[in-house]
Amino acid sequence: MPASFDDFFFTYQALIYGVGVNGLLALSMYVVLAIGQLSLGQAAFMGIGAYVSALLTVKLDAPFAVALGAGMLAPALAAAIIGVPTLRLSGVYLALATIGLGEVLRIFYLNSETAGGALGLPGIPQQGGAWLIYLCLALALFVFMAIGRSRIGRAMEAMREDETAASVMGVNVPLYRFGALVASAVLAGLAGALSADVSSFIGPNEYGFDQAVTILSYALLGGIGSPFGPVFGAIILTLLPELLRPLHDFRFVVNGLIIVIAVLYMPRGLLAWRFRRIGPVGEARP
Amino acid sequence: MTAAPLLAVEGLNVRFGGVTAIEELDLAVAEGTVHGLIGPNGAGKTTAFNVISGILRPTSGSIQLAGQPIGRLPPYRRTALGLARTFQNIRMFQDMTVLENVMTGRHVRTGGAVPSILLRGGSFRHAEKEAAAKALALLSLAGLEGAEYRRAGDLSYGDQRRVEIARALASDPKIVLMDEPAAGMNPAETRALTALLQTLKTRGFTILLVEHDMHFIMGLCDRITVLNFGIKIAEGAPAEVRSNPQVIEAYLGAKVAHSLAGRS
Repeated sequence: MPASFDDFFFTYQALIYGVGVNGLLALSMYVVLAIGQLSLGQAAFMGIGAYVSALLTVKLDAPFAVALGAGMLAPALAAAIIGVPTLRLSGVYLALATIGLGEVLRIFYLNSETAGGALGLPGIPQQGGAWLIYLCLALALFVFMAIGRSRIGRAMEAMREDETAASVMGVNVPLYRFGALVASAVLAGLAGALSADVSSFIGPNEYGFDQAVTILSYALLGGIGSPFGPVFGAIILTLLPELLRPLHDFRFVVNGLIIVIAVLYMPRGLLAWRFRRIGPVGEARP
Repeated sequence: MTAAPLLAVEGLNVRFGGVTAIEELDLAVAEGTVHGLIGPNGAGKTTAFNVISGILRPTSGSIQLAGQPIGRLPPYRRTALGLARTFQNIRMFQDMTVLENVMTGRHVRTGGAVPSILLRGGSFRHAEKEAAAKALALLSLAGLEGAEYRRAGDLSYGDQRRVEIARALASDPKIVLMDEPAAGMNPAETRALTALLQTLKTRGFTILLVEHDMHFIMGLCDRITVLNFGIKIAEGAPAEVRSNPQVIEAYLGAKVAHSLAGRS
């Protein structure tokens, strides 16, 4: 039994890591979508987290905790820098600014000798593992559910529905936009650092526009009514290519078809369930 | 006027390019009164509301709430200082429940820091309970018992308007701006709304009201300001305003003005 489990784990370990990491990325997308903003910088933030933590580990022998912390802090700083000028702009401008960030960084990694250029950064020792990835995912889900069921969660949903009305209700709209972007960068950075840790190699082309759109599709496919939707979307989209493997060359066609059909017929996502936005109020409930 | 007004707008100008939406508007709303703001379509009433609530920046002019200048504050700061409003075209948070809508209206008065929210601590639980109790009381005042846990977007038009009023009141405002609360309502809904506003009036709420329904406004308001093409053309008690020939002509049209003159 343990032997066969080891076998299973070994065969599918990339997939097991992938589901967890992509779940975190889906949540980082969720924070931004939950307030009605659109960022395409999740892949860029992930890349910053991956490169910063990997460089600290490989070049400076930094302790794992320090590398992880820096992998979250650095993208948060980047988000703060691009967040301030885009705070006054609505959706599509933030998306454009964040696409720009991703491209700038990709070219920077390609040309930076420290970052390994086009060859990437090999030889990253594994210090965490699946347990750490899933612990982080569980923690993140817990935080989202707790925050969601409070005045902050109500303010976020109000912003998504009608930003003007939310501001008149007393929601500090610029602060929420800024906070959501920074929080999403922290999560994406964590996902990047964790994926670098388990993959032993990172390259400059893993964090481009393709990846940004893939992360967006996790959230859209799963639905943003609750934080479980995006995670569910990430699970489906990570496993689907594997499940469709018997179809050989056609599997990506079927994969794409499934996404198109899901988005057409389930515009609210596969998990359209919306969770209550009120904390424990005891006797006030019916 | 001896007592300082609760809301004082002075020398307000709003221009969109070459179009003057509001010109040199002075408006003083006394505490505890229901003040009507009327005028034909395009007179600048909603623009005035948008400027007062901070959605729109005026070209010039000052706004004071209880003696404090608020003209340069973002909307959420004005709400915290005691300004609340409803919208002409209902702006419900449709997917949220009615109760959640009203609790969102209490955002600025709901406490509970992030650590307490995460740990479901005492201060957070107390704040949520208080906000829910307040919201339920307001919903009962607005006659919406039984609708608390329904999706707000599923309510009838008239009910949504009343949710908006409850949501505005949830922030414990000093003054509530209501933009055409009776618009699109059937007579029964309008009567229920009149009763609600009468209740609010007797409870001492200060209300600035934009409305087209003349019966509604004449019966409720202590004082009325009339705008036409962004300029104030009259101000006074309902009886004075009603008999002002300039108002009748601007607001109801020359034809009605003549027939009214013929009657008296």
